[in-house]
Amino acid sequence: MRQSNIGWLFLTPATLILFVVGFVPFIYILYVGFFDWNTNAVDPTLRWAGLQNYRSLVFDTTFLNSLARTLVFAFFVVVSELLLGYVLARALMADRLWGRQFFRTIHTLPIVVAPIAVGATWRLLCVPGFGIVPYYLKLWFGIDYNISTNAYHAFVTAIIMDLWHWTPFVTLSLMAGLTALPKEPLEQAQIDGGNKLQIFWYVIVPMLKPVLLTTVFIRLMDALRSVDEIWMLTKGGPAEATRFIGLHIWINVFPKTDYGYGAAMSLLTLYVTIVLSWLLFVAMTGRKGGAQ
Amino acid sequence: MRRSGIASFVLWICLTILTLLPVWWMLVVSMRPRVKLYSKSFLIDDLYWNNFLAVLNSSTFLQYLWNSLIVATSNAALVCALGLLAAFGLSRYKIGGGDNVFFWLITNRMAPPAVFLLPLFLLFTKWFVFGDFMLFDTKIGLILLYCVFNLPFAVWLLKGMLDGIPLELDEAARVDGATTGQVLSNVILPLARPGLAVTFILTWIFAWNEYLFAATLTSSAHARTVTTALAEYVSVTGTNWGEMAAMAFLTTLPALIVLGFVQKHIVTGLTFGALKG
Repeated sequence: MRQSNIGWLFLTPATLILFVVGFVPFIYILYVGFFDWNTNAVDPTLRWAGLQNYRSLVFDTTFLNSLARTLVFAFFVVVSELLLGYVLARALMADRLWGRQFFRTIHTLPIVVAPIAVGATWRLLCVPGFGIVPYYLKLWFGIDYNISTNAYHAFVTAIIMDLWHWTPFVTLSLMAGLTALPKEPLEQAQIDGGNKLQIFWYVIVPMLKPVLLTTVFIRLMDALRSVDEIWMLTKGGPAEATRFIGLHIWINVFPKTDYGYGAAMSLLTLYVTIVLSWLLFVAMTGRKGGAQ
Repeated sequence: MRRSGIASFVLWICLTILTLLPVWWMLVVSMRPRVKLYSKSFLIDDLYWNNFLAVLNSSTFLQYLWNSLIVATSNAALVCALGLLAAFGLSRYKIGGGDNVFFWLITNRMAPPAVFLLPLFLLFTKWFVFGDFMLFDTKIGLILLYCVFNLPFAVWLLKGMLDGIPLELDEAARVDGATTGQVLSNVILPLARPGLAVTFILTWIFAWNEYLFAATLTSSAHARTVTTALAEYVSVTGTNWGEMAAMAFLTTLPALIVLGFVQKHIVTGLTFGALKG
């Protein structure tokens, strides 16, 4: 390591760009959040509003519902992807799996499909009257599945779509993590007579913790902000059943051009994301005395 | 062992079918003439290309495709160049508060797009305006903008990769009288080339797939990208399923081709950061 300020020279271009497209907007939105500003209103000028925007947010049930809905969605998505991803990672690493490379390639496919195309594709599958999913669910199981009228169906479909799209990512991460694990502790635990569950919980999970943490973080942030897929699948409907927070802000702020309020909504969402990530971090690293 | 091998094989066959079903259905629908659209069969009955031709013949779709190509490629190139420099600085020099800088870079990726969407819209239309030139509805605007999420990712990946190149190689070159620029171009660059390729491909796919910023910050065929074309199409016609499926397929195809070529490296790239993290 060379002790010198030359290092900064290399960082400058990247920092500069991120300053302009990342930091400046952040400061600007902090500022706008304190104003009453609607460019389509009779008086389109900035008017100081203090904390009025934030005060209204606390009583805005549409906003709060959408936030709560997003958290429920993210919880289900992250937990099921983690479980499913682990099972699949183990299955893909099975010694005698014939055609492993082929399955890996197929399994990676959904990751690179654009979210907007994922939404369009699932819309083709699930749209009532046209798609094959409602048709065969009715034919084979007698289920009246309809994402444009039934809120639960739409919500569950959104979750399944996300599982289809992002479980492969979790599988790959965990696979990399599992491959990198040292063999000795596992063999030691087997010699000591631990059963499978004990080995999993007391040996594998602690060793896998850094990878688990990164994977959960990435998935959580993405789940909290997914917009495109849901927009294509249901447009947030029926009613507001799948209107998640990113979508809510997007379809609310731009047509209405209520910028001050939009800024306050965006910032509150950011704070919730930060607090949630922090809580998760403490819960995952703090409990076992920092077993990193 | 053998039984679990068979079990996981069966599991994988089922999963492969489930994974491919949506993409297959998209292909099936895109190859159906209007009269057969409501058929519920899983099979492609005949090869009917008119939906694809209709999409490709609309002049704007090709324009959007071209815009996407320019934006994604320029952004990936820019991000790789700046990301490599930054990663070199972070990996090879002791920088006062270096960890903090690194963390700040990463936080840019964590923030929900909603946080950037509104202020960037306002800045692009009202503040970043130089005479006749404003960043709203330009390819340059999108190229710069995609740095918000791509640059942190690139720095994160590349720093991990540069950390893996032994410092002794740099030192040896310096003893031989190489300047910093020569170390970067003659020692680091050749060794980091596979890592750079992975970074380029992944950031390219992210930029190609992005929709929300593109939809909000562009308004005409000058800069609209292919993902916005698809979304626009759905909201305008709504029920022309055959063409919609063809369009969705054409939007996905470039990324799928890229995946086919570099599947192994994508896995390495996606998981590399996770390992180092």
